[in-house]
Amino acid sequence: MSYEIEEIAHLLSVLPPAPTGWVEAAQKLPQLRAGIDELVARAEQDAEVRARLVADLESALAEIGLEPTPNALAEARRRLKA
Amino acid sequence: METAAVTDLELVARCRAGDAAAWHLLVERFSRFVYAICVRGFRLSEPDAEDVFQEVFAKTFEQLHRLRDDGAIRPWIAQLTRRACIDRLRAGRETAVADVEDTAVDELAEIDRALDVRQALAELPESCQQILDRFFARDESYRTIGDELGLPAGTIASRISRCLEKLKSIMEDPDGADRPVDG
Repeated sequence: MSYEIEEIAHLLSVLPPAPTGWVEAAQKLPQLRAGIDELVARAEQDAEVRARLVADLESALAEIGLEPTPNALAEARRRLKA
Repeated sequence: METAAVTDLELVARCRAGDAAAWHLLVERFSRFVYAICVRGFRLSEPDAEDVFQEVFAKTFEQLHRLRDDGAIRPWIAQLTRRACIDRLRAGRETAVADVEDTAVDELAEIDRALDVRQALAELPESCQQILDRFFARDESYRTIGDELGLPAGTIASRISRCLEKLKSIMEDPDGADRPVDG
């Protein structure tokens, strides 16, 4: 197949990088899911623990090494409610 | 920059096996594609695009086991992204979704061709990948590129030209039979 240099140059400009923060958040998804699984497991064993986790989710995430980003907090809240 | 050494097929298999580095690479490989579908194809606002972007990769992560053909990860991610964009537009009700879908068709075809070019780009030497990406995709000036790569700004144009020629030869001859050895 034949390509024009101008077309290749144009197509290179069609895919600028996604914002770094978005990419990093998506890349951290496996760690986030594993960390939240751990919190959910702890919450399921004890209602008091669940109440404490829900009351201060930011600290709970930080304690297990997860950055309490809005995405992480929303996901943790969703899973702990379920 | 990305390496072309790992095929989509291998990448998906490694992600399924729980390989964190493979997931990292999968996101890197498809992040521009998903982003472009959101903002160029469907003209989503940045906040909506960010939500869709995260939703698409979350679904990819959760549903990877459902993919029947590991080599079909690219059209599958494209489909997940298109659906998420349309859902987002419908929820917003600010735009006639059918009109956006119609105009998105040509853009999506171009985005798909652009991903072919990026895959070919990954076969070039790192120096060529950097210079072409910085100039065309990141819209950096000769001066900025020169400063970042430690090259005189006056040589950037000729390097871009040489790297484009190499990229063209890869695109036209993916197996490399007629590719120049040096340049």
